[in-house]
Amino acid sequence: MSFITRGFSGRSHDRDPRLPPGQTEVSDWPVLSAGPTPRVDTEEWEFSIRTENGAHTWTWDQFMALKIDDVSTDIHCVTHWSKLGTSWRGVSIDTLFEGIETSHDFVMAHSYGGYTTNVPLDELLNGQAWIAFEFDGEPLEAEHGGPARLIVPHLYFWKSAKWVRGLVTMPNDDPGFWEQSGYHIHGDPWKEERYW
Amino acid sequence: MSHLDGNALAGVLSEVFTFDPTLARARCANCYSVDVLARAMVYVDGSAFVVRCASCDAVLATVMDGDGRRWVSLKGVSAIEIPR
Amino acid sequence: MSGPADTAWRVGSVSRISKETPSAARIVLDVDGWPGNDAGQHLDIRLTAPDGYTATRSYSIASAGPGMVVDLAVDKLPDGEVSPFLVDDVMAGDKLEVHGPLGGWFVWRPDAASSPVQLIGGGSGVVPLIAMLRSHHDTADATPFRLLYSLRTPEDTFFPEVLKDADVDYVYTRRAPDGWPTPAGRLTKDVLAASVFAAAEKPRVFLCGSTGFVETVAAWLVELGHDPRMIRTERFGGT
Ligand SMILES: Cc1cc2nc3c(=O)[nH]c(=O)nc-3n(C[C@H](O)[C@H](O)[C@H](O)COP(=O)(O)OP(=O)(O)OC[C@H]3O[C@@H](n4cnc5c(N)ncnc54)[C@H](O)[C@@H]3O)c2cc1C
Ligand SMILES: [Zn+2]
Repeated sequence: MSFITRGFSGRSHDRDPRLPPGQTEVSDWPVLSAGPTPRVDTEEWEFSIRTENGAHTWTWDQFMALKIDDVSTDIHCVTHWSKLGTSWRGVSIDTLFEGIETSHDFVMAHSYGGYTTNVPLDELLNGQAWIAFEFDGEPLEAEHGGPARLIVPHLYFWKSAKWVRGLVTMPNDDPGFWEQSGYHIHGDPWKEERYW
Repeated sequence: MSHLDGNALAGVLSEVFTFDPTLARARCANCYSVDVLARAMVYVDGSAFVVRCASCDAVLATVMDGDGRRWVSLKGVSAIEIPR
Repeated sequence: MSGPADTAWRVGSVSRISKETPSAARIVLDVDGWPGNDAGQHLDIRLTAPDGYTATRSYSIASAGPGMVVDLAVDKLPDGEVSPFLVDDVMAGDKLEVHGPLGGWFVWRPDAASSPVQLIGGGSGVVPLIAMLRSHHDTADATPFRLLYSLRTPEDTFFPEVLKDADVDYVYTRRAPDGWPTPAGRLTKDVLAASVFAAAEKPRVFLCGSTGFVETVAAWLVELGHDPRMIRTERFGGT
Protein backbone atom coordinates (compact mmCIF):
# COMPACT_ATOMS: atom_id res chain seq x y z
CA MET A 1 0.00 0.00 0.00
CA SER A 2 3.10 2.16 0.31
CA PHE A 3 2.81 5.61 -1.29
CA ILE A 4 5.21 8.53 -1.69
CA THR A 5 5.11 10.99 1.16
CA ARG A 6 4.72 14.53 -0.17
CA GLY A 7 7.93 16.48 0.31
CA PHE A 8 10.00 13.69 1.90
CA SER A 9 13.36 12.91 0.32
CA GLY A 10 15.30 11.37 3.20
CA ARG A 11 18.90 12.31 3.69
CA SER A 12 20.38 14.22 0.74
CA HIS A 13 20.71 12.19 -2.43
CA ASP A 14 23.84 13.53 -4.21
CA ARG A 15 25.10 10.88 -6.63
CA ASP A 16 28.81 10.24 -6.72
CA PRO A 17 30.17 7.53 -9.06
CA ARG A 18 31.90 5.98 -6.06
CA LEU A 19 28.47 5.29 -4.56
CA PRO A 20 27.08 1.79 -5.18
CA PRO A 21 23.39 1.58 -6.13
CA GLY A 22 20.95 2.52 -3.41
CA GLN A 23 23.57 4.23 -1.25
CA THR A 24 23.63 7.82 0.03
CA GLU A 25 26.76 9.65 1.11
CA VAL A 26 27.02 10.76 4.74
CA SER A 27 29.69 12.91 6.32
CA ASP A 28 29.11 11.82 9.89
CA TRP A 29 29.33 8.20 10.95
CA PRO A 30 26.12 6.72 12.30
CA VAL A 31 26.86 4.64 15.38
CA LEU A 32 25.10 1.32 15.30
CA SER A 33 25.15 -0.91 18.28
CA ALA A 34 23.61 -4.30 18.57
CA GLY A 35 24.39 -4.55 22.22
CA PRO A 36 26.40 -3.10 25.03
CA THR A 37 29.69 -1.80 23.61
CA PRO A 38 32.47 -4.20 24.63
CA ARG A 39 35.37 -2.28 26.19
CA VAL A 40 38.55 -4.24 25.70
CA ASP A 41 41.78 -2.98 27.14
CA THR A 42 44.80 -3.30 24.85
CA GLU A 43 46.60 -4.98 27.78
CA GLU A 44 44.12 -7.84 27.59
CA TRP A 45 43.47 -7.75 23.88
CA GLU A 46 44.53 -10.74 21.83
CA PHE A 47 44.09 -11.63 18.23
CA SER A 48 44.28 -15.13 16.86
CA ILE A 49 44.00 -17.04 13.62
CA ARG A 50 42.94 -20.64 13.92
CA THR A 51 43.13 -23.19 11.12
CA GLU A 52 42.84 -26.96 10.98
CA ASN A 53 46.60 -26.98 11.65
CA GLY A 54 46.61 -24.93 14.84
CA ALA A 55 46.38 -21.40 16.21
CA HIS A 56 48.54 -18.26 16.05
CA THR A 57 48.01 -15.57 18.64
CA TRP A 58 49.29 -12.00 18.86
CA THR A 59 49.24 -9.67 21.83
CA TRP A 60 48.74 -5.96 21.25
CA ASP A 61 52.47 -5.27 21.39
CA GLN A 62 53.29 -8.11 19.03
CA PHE A 63 50.61 -6.86 16.70
CA MET A 64 51.99 -3.31 16.68
CA ALA A 65 55.38 -4.67 15.68
CA LEU A 66 53.98 -6.05 12.41
CA LYS A 67 54.03 -4.17 9.11
CA ILE A 68 51.37 -1.46 9.25
CA ASP A 69 49.50 -0.20 6.19
CA ASP A 70 47.80 3.14 5.53
CA VAL A 71 44.46 2.47 3.89
CA SER A 72 42.19 4.98 2.19
CA THR A 73 38.85 3.53 1.18
CA ASP A 74 35.09 3.95 0.90
CA ILE A 75 32.77 2.12 3.25
CA HIS A 76 29.21 1.07 2.51
CA CYS A 77 26.61 0.19 5.13
CA VAL A 78 23.70 -2.09 4.27
CA THR A 79 21.37 0.55 5.73
CA HIS A 80 22.03 2.68 2.64
CA TRP A 81 24.75 5.07 3.79
CA SER A 82 28.28 5.26 2.48
CA LYS A 83 31.24 7.20 3.72
CA LEU A 84 33.79 8.05 1.04
CA GLY A 85 37.54 8.44 1.41
CA THR A 86 37.93 7.17 4.95
CA SER A 87 41.47 6.64 6.21
CA TRP A 88 42.62 3.80 8.39
CA ARG A 89 45.79 2.21 9.68
CA GLY A 90 46.07 -1.46 10.29
CA VAL A 91 47.73 -4.78 9.59
CA SER A 92 46.88 -6.48 6.32
CA ILE A 93 45.38 -9.96 6.50
CA ASP A 94 48.12 -10.96 4.01
CA THR A 95 50.73 -10.09 6.64
CA LEU A 96 48.90 -12.10 9.29
CA PHE A 97 48.54 -15.16 7.07
CA GLU A 98 52.26 -15.23 6.15
CA GLY A 99 53.44 -18.73 6.98
CA ILE A 100 49.95 -19.98 7.79
CA GLU A 101 48.74 -22.91 5.73
CA THR A 102 45.13 -23.96 5.37
CA SER A 103 43.10 -25.97 2.92
CA HIS A 104 39.95 -24.15 4.04
CA ASP A 105 38.34 -21.61 1.72
CA PHE A 106 36.25 -19.67 4.23
CA VAL A 107 36.72 -17.72 7.43
CA MET A 108 34.52 -16.89 10.38
CA ALA A 109 35.44 -13.62 12.09
CA HIS A 110 34.74 -13.66 15.83
CA SER A 111 34.29 -10.57 17.98
CA TYR A 112 34.50 -9.67 21.63
CA GLY A 113 30.81 -9.51 22.56
CA GLY A 114 30.02 -12.69 20.68
CA TYR A 115 29.16 -11.63 17.13
CA THR A 116 30.38 -13.53 14.11
CA THR A 117 30.43 -12.91 10.37
CA ASN A 118 31.63 -15.12 7.50
CA VAL A 119 33.91 -14.11 4.59
CA PRO A 120 35.59 -16.19 1.84
CA LEU A 121 39.33 -16.37 2.55
CA ASP A 122 40.31 -15.19 -0.94
CA GLU A 123 38.32 -12.00 -0.30
CA LEU A 124 40.43 -11.23 2.76
CA LEU A 125 43.77 -11.69 0.98
CA ASN A 126 45.59 -9.72 -1.76
CA GLY A 127 45.21 -6.33 -0.16
CA GLN A 128 41.47 -6.55 0.39
CA ALA A 129 41.20 -6.58 4.19
CA TRP A 130 42.92 -5.35 7.34
CA ILE A 131 42.72 -5.47 11.11
CA ALA A 132 42.50 -1.72 11.71
CA PHE A 133 43.21 0.08 14.95
CA GLU A 134 43.32 3.71 13.78
CA PHE A 135 40.69 5.80 12.05
CA ASP A 136 41.36 9.33 10.77
CA GLY A 137 44.65 9.46 12.66
CA GLU A 138 43.09 8.58 16.01
CA PRO A 139 42.89 5.29 17.90
CA LEU A 140 39.67 3.54 16.92
CA GLU A 141 36.97 4.29 19.50
CA ALA A 142 35.11 1.43 21.19
CA GLU A 143 31.84 2.70 19.65
CA HIS A 144 33.32 2.10 16.21
CA GLY A 145 34.76 -1.28 17.04
CA GLY A 146 38.00 -0.41 18.78
CA PRO A 147 40.56 -1.28 19.88
CA ALA A 148 40.63 -3.14 16.54
CA ARG A 149 38.16 -4.13 13.89
CA LEU A 150 38.29 -6.07 10.69
CA ILE A 151 37.82 -3.93 7.58
CA VAL A 152 36.74 -5.54 4.32
CA PRO A 153 35.76 -2.40 2.44
CA HIS A 154 34.59 -4.07 -0.75
CA LEU A 155 31.78 -5.81 1.16
CA TYR A 156 28.93 -4.23 3.15
CA PHE A 157 30.23 -2.89 6.39
CA TRP A 158 28.65 -5.47 8.72
CA LYS A 159 31.34 -7.83 7.39
CA SER A 160 33.94 -5.46 8.86
CA ALA A 161 33.52 -7.03 12.29
CA LYS A 162 33.80 -4.60 15.18
CA TRP A 163 35.84 -5.62 18.27
CA VAL A 164 37.40 -8.45 16.28
CA ARG A 165 39.34 -11.01 18.29
CA GLY A 166 40.02 -13.75 15.80
CA LEU A 167 39.59 -15.47 12.47
CA VAL A 168 38.76 -19.16 12.27
CA THR A 169 39.09 -20.89 8.92
CA MET A 170 36.36 -23.33 7.88
CA PRO A 171 35.77 -25.66 4.95
CA ASN A 172 32.25 -24.41 4.19
CA ASP A 173 30.73 -20.96 3.93
CA ASP A 174 28.70 -21.17 7.14
CA PRO A 175 26.62 -18.09 7.90
CA GLY A 176 27.69 -15.90 10.82
CA PHE A 177 25.41 -14.20 13.32
CA TRP A 178 24.23 -11.50 10.94
CA GLU A 179 23.92 -13.78 7.95
CA GLN A 180 21.80 -16.21 9.96
CA SER A 181 19.54 -13.31 10.92
CA GLY A 182 18.74 -11.99 7.45
CA TYR A 183 21.80 -10.38 5.91
CA HIS A 184 23.18 -11.78 2.66
CA ILE A 185 25.76 -14.55 2.88
CA HIS A 186 28.21 -12.56 0.71
CA GLY A 187 27.29 -8.85 0.84
CA ASP A 188 28.68 -7.18 -2.30
CA PRO A 189 27.39 -3.59 -2.35
CA TRP A 190 27.78 -3.27 -6.13
CA LYS A 191 25.39 -6.19 -6.58
CA GLU A 192 23.18 -4.93 -3.73
CA GLU A 193 23.57 -8.22 -1.88
CA ARG A 194 21.86 -6.83 1.22
CA TYR A 195 19.58 -9.63 2.44
CA TRP A 196 18.91 -13.29 1.65
CA MET B 1 8.47 -39.74 11.42
CA SER B 2 7.98 -38.18 8.02
CA HIS B 3 8.06 -34.43 7.81
CA LEU B 4 5.28 -32.05 6.93
CA ASP B 5 5.31 -29.06 4.62
CA GLY B 6 5.74 -25.55 5.96
CA ASN B 7 2.07 -25.04 5.13
CA ALA B 8 1.26 -27.07 8.19
CA LEU B 9 2.63 -24.25 10.28
CA ALA B 10 0.12 -21.70 8.98
CA GLY B 11 -2.34 -22.32 11.76
CA VAL B 12 0.09 -22.10 14.65
CA LEU B 13 2.03 -19.21 13.18
CA SER B 14 -1.05 -17.13 12.45
CA GLU B 15 -1.92 -17.65 16.08
CA VAL B 16 1.51 -16.46 17.14
CA PHE B 17 1.28 -13.32 15.11
CA THR B 18 -2.29 -12.34 15.83
CA PHE B 19 -1.28 -11.72 19.42
CA ASP B 20 0.92 -8.94 20.58
CA PRO B 21 4.30 -10.71 20.70
CA THR B 22 5.62 -8.22 23.23
CA LEU B 23 3.25 -9.72 25.80
CA ALA B 24 4.46 -13.25 25.14
CA ARG B 25 6.67 -14.74 27.88
CA ALA B 26 9.90 -16.23 26.66
CA ARG B 27 12.49 -18.45 28.34
CA CYS B 28 16.09 -17.49 27.73
CA ALA B 29 18.02 -20.47 26.38
CA ASN B 30 21.18 -19.20 28.05
CA CYS B 31 20.18 -18.36 31.66
CA TYR B 32 16.70 -19.93 31.66
CA SER B 33 14.98 -16.87 33.08
CA VAL B 34 11.42 -16.23 31.93
CA ASP B 35 10.00 -12.81 31.14
CA VAL B 36 7.70 -11.03 28.74
CA LEU B 37 9.47 -9.89 25.59
CA ALA B 38 8.43 -6.34 26.42
CA ARG B 39 11.02 -6.40 29.22
CA ALA B 40 13.88 -7.58 27.05
CA MET B 41 16.48 -5.12 25.80
CA VAL B 42 16.20 -4.12 22.20
CA TYR B 43 19.22 -2.73 20.38
CA VAL B 44 18.70 -1.05 17.04
CA ASP B 45 21.54 -1.62 14.62
CA GLY B 46 20.60 0.02 11.36
CA SER B 47 17.72 -2.03 10.06
CA ALA B 48 18.15 -4.78 12.62
CA PHE B 49 16.66 -5.16 16.07
CA VAL B 50 18.72 -7.32 18.38
CA VAL B 51 16.72 -8.45 21.40
CA ARG B 52 18.77 -9.36 24.44
CA CYS B 53 17.86 -11.01 27.73
CA ALA B 54 17.50 -8.45 30.51
CA SER B 55 19.01 -10.94 32.99
CA CYS B 56 22.08 -12.20 31.17
CA ASP B 57 22.55 -10.08 27.99
CA ALA B 58 22.41 -13.09 25.68
CA VAL B 59 20.79 -12.57 22.30
CA LEU B 60 17.20 -13.84 22.42
CA ALA B 61 15.95 -12.81 19.03
CA THR B 62 16.65 -10.71 15.99
CA VAL B 63 14.26 -8.89 13.74
CA MET B 64 15.67 -7.49 10.55
CA ASP B 65 13.84 -5.25 8.10
CA GLY B 66 14.91 -4.47 4.59
CA ASP B 67 13.73 -4.23 1.01
CA GLY B 68 10.16 -4.40 2.25
CA ARG B 69 10.83 -7.79 3.86
CA ARG B 70 11.30 -8.91 7.44
CA TRP B 71 13.36 -11.69 9.03
CA VAL B 72 12.62 -12.97 12.52
CA SER B 73 14.88 -15.28 14.50
CA LEU B 74 14.18 -16.55 18.01
CA LYS B 75 17.66 -18.06 18.23
CA GLY B 76 18.16 -17.58 21.97
CA VAL B 77 14.65 -18.46 23.14
CA SER B 78 14.01 -22.00 24.32
CA ALA B 79 10.23 -21.57 24.27
CA ILE B 80 7.66 -18.85 24.11
CA GLU B 81 4.29 -18.71 25.84
CA ILE B 82 1.63 -17.09 23.72
CA PRO B 83 -0.98 -15.09 25.61
CA ARG B 84 -4.41 -16.53 24.83
CA MET C 1 -8.50 -4.12 23.61
CA SER C 2 -6.73 -7.33 24.56
CA GLY C 3 -7.08 -10.40 22.39
CA PRO C 4 -5.92 -10.51 18.81
CA ALA C 5 -4.11 -7.31 17.97
CA ASP C 6 -5.77 -5.32 15.20
CA THR C 7 -2.70 -3.72 13.72
CA ALA C 8 -2.25 -2.84 10.09
CA TRP C 9 -0.76 -0.18 7.85
CA ARG C 10 -3.35 2.55 7.40
CA VAL C 11 -3.54 6.00 5.91
CA GLY C 12 -3.61 8.91 8.35
CA SER C 13 -4.71 12.31 7.08
CA VAL C 14 -3.25 15.25 8.91
CA SER C 15 -6.29 17.21 10.04
CA ARG C 16 -4.32 19.70 12.08
CA ILE C 17 -0.67 20.50 12.78
CA SER C 18 0.33 23.20 15.22
CA LYS C 19 3.34 24.38 17.17
CA GLU C 20 3.38 22.65 20.53
CA THR C 21 6.65 24.12 21.82
CA PRO C 22 9.48 26.03 20.13
CA SER C 23 10.88 22.69 18.92
CA ALA C 24 7.85 20.41 18.73
CA ALA C 25 4.63 20.05 16.76
CA ARG C 26 1.29 18.54 17.65
CA ILE C 27 -0.10 16.47 14.81
CA VAL C 28 -3.72 15.35 14.72
CA LEU C 29 -4.42 12.48 12.35
CA ASP C 30 -7.69 11.07 11.07
CA VAL C 31 -6.92 7.41 10.50
CA ASP C 32 -9.38 5.50 8.42
CA GLY C 33 -10.25 2.23 10.12
CA TRP C 34 -8.34 2.99 13.33
CA PRO C 35 -9.68 0.58 15.95
CA GLY C 36 -9.10 2.91 18.89
CA ASN C 37 -6.17 2.45 21.24
CA ASP C 38 -5.20 1.97 24.85
CA ALA C 39 -3.45 4.75 26.73
CA GLY C 40 0.31 4.40 26.27
CA GLN C 41 0.37 2.63 22.90
CA HIS C 42 2.36 3.90 19.95
CA LEU C 43 2.27 3.75 16.19
CA ASP C 44 4.93 3.62 13.49
CA ILE C 45 5.05 6.25 10.76
CA ARG C 46 6.62 5.28 7.44
CA LEU C 47 7.80 7.95 5.03
CA THR C 48 8.59 7.05 1.44
CA ALA C 49 10.79 9.14 -0.89
CA PRO C 50 10.22 9.24 -4.66
CA ASP C 51 13.17 6.85 -5.18
CA GLY C 52 11.53 4.27 -2.94
CA TYR C 53 13.71 4.98 0.10
CA THR C 54 11.71 4.63 3.29
CA ALA C 55 12.23 5.70 6.89
CA THR C 56 10.11 4.39 9.75
CA ARG C 57 9.92 5.80 13.28
CA SER C 58 7.75 5.15 16.33
CA TYR C 59 5.59 7.82 17.95
CA SER C 60 3.53 7.51 21.09
CA ILE C 61 -0.14 8.36 20.96
CA ALA C 62 -1.29 11.16 23.26
CA SER C 63 -4.93 10.19 22.92
CA ALA C 64 -6.77 7.06 24.08
CA GLY C 65 -10.06 5.28 23.69
CA PRO C 66 -12.30 4.59 20.71
CA GLY C 67 -12.48 6.78 17.64
CA MET C 68 -10.35 7.41 14.59
CA VAL C 69 -8.65 10.62 15.71
CA VAL C 70 -5.07 10.19 16.91
CA ASP C 71 -3.03 12.91 18.63
CA LEU C 72 0.76 12.91 18.35
CA ALA C 73 3.45 15.30 19.54
CA VAL C 74 6.83 15.18 17.85
CA ASP C 75 9.96 16.87 19.13
CA LYS C 76 12.48 17.92 16.50
CA LEU C 77 16.02 16.56 16.79
CA PRO C 78 17.97 19.09 14.67
CA ASP C 79 20.17 16.48 13.01
CA GLY C 80 17.39 13.93 12.72
CA GLU C 81 16.06 12.48 9.51
CA VAL C 82 12.35 12.12 10.25
CA SER C 83 11.45 14.46 13.10
CA PRO C 84 12.47 17.72 11.30
CA PHE C 85 10.32 16.65 8.36
CA LEU C 86 7.32 15.95 10.58
CA VAL C 87 7.71 19.16 12.56
CA ASP C 88 8.62 21.60 9.77
CA ASP C 89 7.32 20.24 6.48
CA VAL C 90 4.09 18.37 7.13
CA MET C 91 0.93 20.36 6.38
CA ALA C 92 -2.75 19.84 7.07
CA GLY C 93 -4.17 17.59 4.37
CA ASP C 94 -1.00 15.50 3.98
CA LYS C 95 -1.30 11.75 4.15
CA LEU C 96 1.04 9.65 6.26
CA GLU C 97 1.33 5.88 6.45
CA VAL C 98 0.80 4.65 9.99
CA HIS C 99 1.01 1.19 11.53
CA GLY C 100 -0.74 0.56 14.78
CA PRO C 101 -1.89 0.66 17.45
CA LEU C 102 1.24 -1.08 18.76
CA GLY C 103 2.46 -2.38 22.09
CA GLY C 104 0.34 -3.90 24.84
CA TRP C 105 2.88 -3.59 27.64
CA PHE C 106 3.39 0.10 28.28
CA VAL C 107 -0.34 0.71 28.67
CA TRP C 108 -2.67 1.73 31.42
CA ARG C 109 -6.32 0.74 31.43
CA PRO C 110 -8.91 2.25 33.79
CA ASP C 111 -9.16 -0.19 36.67
CA ALA C 112 -9.52 1.70 39.95
CA ALA C 113 -6.91 -0.62 41.43
CA SER C 114 -5.81 0.18 44.93
CA SER C 115 -2.17 0.74 44.07
CA PRO C 116 -1.42 4.26 42.88
CA VAL C 117 0.10 5.11 39.53
CA GLN C 118 3.28 7.12 39.23
CA LEU C 119 4.04 8.57 35.81
CA ILE C 120 7.54 9.86 35.09
CA GLY C 121 8.31 11.56 31.79
CA GLY C 122 11.37 13.28 30.38
CA GLY C 123 10.85 15.69 27.47
CA SER C 124 8.71 14.18 24.72
CA GLY C 125 8.54 11.06 26.90
CA VAL C 126 5.50 12.66 28.48
CA VAL C 127 3.39 11.90 25.38
CA PRO C 128 2.15 8.39 26.28
CA LEU C 129 1.65 9.57 29.87
CA ILE C 130 -0.64 12.32 28.56
CA ALA C 131 -2.84 9.59 27.09
CA MET C 132 -2.92 7.89 30.50
CA LEU C 133 -3.85 11.14 32.24
CA ARG C 134 -6.60 11.78 29.71
CA SER C 135 -7.95 8.26 30.04
CA HIS C 136 -7.84 8.50 33.84
CA HIS C 137 -9.70 11.82 33.73
CA ASP C 138 -12.24 10.88 31.07
CA THR C 139 -13.25 7.67 32.79
CA ALA C 140 -13.34 9.32 36.23
CA ASP C 141 -11.10 6.48 37.43
CA ALA C 142 -10.38 6.67 41.16
CA THR C 143 -6.78 5.38 41.09
CA PRO C 144 -4.41 7.96 42.61
CA PHE C 145 -2.25 9.36 39.79
CA ARG C 146 0.85 11.49 39.93
CA LEU C 147 3.18 12.76 37.21
CA LEU C 148 6.81 13.81 37.50
CA TYR C 149 7.71 15.76 34.37
CA SER C 150 11.31 16.69 33.57
CA LEU C 151 11.55 19.34 30.85
CA ARG C 152 13.99 22.01 29.72
CA THR C 153 12.01 25.24 30.15
CA PRO C 154 8.38 26.26 30.78
CA GLU C 155 7.94 26.85 27.03
CA ASP C 156 8.74 23.18 26.42
CA THR C 157 5.55 21.98 28.14
CA PHE C 158 3.57 19.49 26.04
CA PHE C 159 -0.24 19.39 26.37
CA PRO C 160 -0.57 22.08 29.07
CA GLU C 161 -4.37 21.83 28.86
CA VAL C 162 -4.20 18.22 30.03
CA LEU C 163 -1.58 18.86 32.70
CA LYS C 164 -3.46 21.70 34.37
CA ASP C 165 -6.03 19.24 35.77
CA ALA C 166 -3.44 16.74 36.94
CA ASP C 167 -1.18 16.32 39.96
CA VAL C 168 2.17 17.24 38.37
CA ASP C 169 5.65 17.89 39.77
CA TYR C 170 7.78 19.77 37.27
CA VAL C 171 11.57 19.60 37.13
CA TYR C 172 13.02 22.30 34.85
CA THR C 173 16.48 21.35 33.66
CA ARG C 174 17.54 24.55 31.81
CA ARG C 175 15.34 27.43 32.99
CA ALA C 176 12.55 27.52 35.57
CA PRO C 177 9.60 29.95 35.55
CA ASP C 178 10.08 33.26 37.40
CA GLY C 179 9.67 32.83 41.12
CA TRP C 180 10.08 29.04 40.98
CA PRO C 181 11.21 27.78 44.40
CA THR C 182 14.18 25.80 43.12
CA PRO C 183 16.80 26.70 40.51
CA ALA C 184 16.81 24.90 37.17
CA GLY C 185 18.88 21.71 37.09
CA ARG C 186 18.86 18.07 36.23
CA LEU C 187 16.64 15.66 38.08
CA THR C 188 18.47 14.18 41.06
CA LYS C 189 17.79 11.10 43.11
CA ASP C 190 16.72 13.27 46.06
CA VAL C 191 14.25 15.26 44.00
CA LEU C 192 12.96 12.02 42.53
CA ALA C 193 12.48 10.55 46.01
CA ALA C 194 10.61 13.67 47.12
CA SER C 195 8.30 13.84 44.11
CA VAL C 196 7.03 10.31 43.57
CA PHE C 197 4.81 7.94 45.52
CA ALA C 198 7.00 6.22 48.10
CA ALA C 199 8.02 2.62 47.47
CA ALA C 200 5.98 1.61 50.54
CA GLU C 201 2.79 2.63 48.72
CA LYS C 202 3.66 0.10 46.01
CA PRO C 203 2.94 2.36 43.05
CA ARG C 204 2.91 1.08 39.50
CA VAL C 205 5.43 3.22 37.65
CA PHE C 206 5.34 4.20 33.98
CA LEU C 207 8.67 5.74 33.01
CA CYS C 208 9.32 7.18 29.56
CA GLY C 209 11.87 9.38 27.83
CA SER C 210 15.26 9.24 26.18
CA THR C 211 17.18 6.04 26.85
CA GLY C 212 19.64 7.78 29.17
CA PHE C 213 16.86 9.36 31.21
CA VAL C 214 15.01 6.09 31.57
CA GLU C 215 18.12 4.14 32.57
CA THR C 216 19.12 6.70 35.20
CA VAL C 217 15.68 7.06 36.74
CA ALA C 218 14.93 3.33 36.69
CA ALA C 219 18.18 2.63 38.55
CA TRP C 220 17.35 5.29 41.16
CA LEU C 221 13.83 3.93 41.65
CA VAL C 222 15.23 0.49 42.39
CA GLU C 223 17.76 2.01 44.81
CA LEU C 224 14.83 3.79 46.50
CA GLY C 225 13.21 0.43 47.12
CA HIS C 226 10.73 0.22 44.24
CA ASP C 227 10.07 -3.29 43.01
CA PRO C 228 11.52 -3.59 39.49
CA ARG C 229 8.48 -5.63 38.51
CA MET C 230 6.26 -2.62 39.18
CA ILE C 231 8.25 -0.40 36.81
CA ARG C 232 7.38 -0.31 33.13
CA THR C 233 9.63 1.63 30.84
CA GLU C 234 9.52 3.02 27.32
CA ARG C 235 12.85 4.14 25.89
CA PHE C 236 12.68 6.62 23.04
CA GLY C 237 16.31 6.29 21.95
CA GLY C 238 19.23 8.69 22.02
CA THR C 239 21.60 8.82 24.93
C1 LIG D 1 8.08 3.51 21.30
C2 LIG D 1 8.61 4.86 20.92
C3 LIG D 1 7.78 5.97 21.02
C4 LIG D 1 8.26 7.25 20.66
N1 LIG D 1 7.43 8.32 20.81
C5 LIG D 1 7.88 9.56 20.49
C6 LIG D 1 7.01 10.70 20.66
O1 LIG D 1 5.85 10.60 21.07
N2 LIG D 1 7.51 11.93 20.33
C7 LIG D 1 8.79 12.09 19.85
O2 LIG D 1 9.17 13.22 19.55
N3 LIG D 1 9.63 11.02 19.69
C8 LIG D 1 9.19 9.77 19.99
N4 LIG D 1 10.03 8.68 19.82
C9 LIG D 1 11.35 8.89 19.18
C10 LIG D 1 11.18 8.80 17.66
O3 LIG D 1 10.83 7.49 17.28
C11 LIG D 1 12.47 9.13 16.87
O4 LIG D 1 13.53 8.38 17.40
C12 LIG D 1 12.82 10.59 16.94
O5 LIG D 1 11.76 11.38 16.38
C13 LIG D 1 14.13 10.86 16.17
O6 LIG D 1 13.98 10.49 14.82
P1 LIG D 1 14.82 11.23 13.70
O7 LIG D 1 14.61 10.47 12.44
O8 LIG D 1 14.47 12.69 13.67
O9 LIG D 1 16.30 11.12 14.21
P2 LIG D 1 17.44 10.11 13.67
O10 LIG D 1 17.84 10.56 12.30
O11 LIG D 1 16.94 8.72 13.84
O12 LIG D 1 18.57 10.37 14.73
C14 LIG D 1 19.32 11.57 14.74
C15 LIG D 1 20.23 11.60 15.95
O13 LIG D 1 19.49 11.72 17.16
C16 LIG D 1 19.73 10.61 18.05
N5 LIG D 1 18.43 10.23 18.62
C17 LIG D 1 17.53 9.37 18.09
N6 LIG D 1 16.42 9.32 18.88
C18 LIG D 1 16.63 10.18 19.91
C19 LIG D 1 15.85 10.57 21.03
N7 LIG D 1 14.61 10.08 21.25
N8 LIG D 1 16.38 11.48 21.87
C20 LIG D 1 17.61 12.01 21.66
N9 LIG D 1 18.40 11.65 20.62
C21 LIG D 1 17.93 10.76 19.75
C22 LIG D 1 20.30 9.54 17.19
O14 LIG D 1 21.18 8.71 17.94
C23 LIG D 1 21.05 10.33 16.13
O15 LIG D 1 22.31 10.72 16.57
C24 LIG D 1 9.59 7.41 20.19
C25 LIG D 1 10.42 6.29 20.09
C26 LIG D 1 9.95 5.02 20.45
C27 LIG D 1 10.88 3.84 20.34
ZN1 LIG E 1 19.21 -14.87 29.88
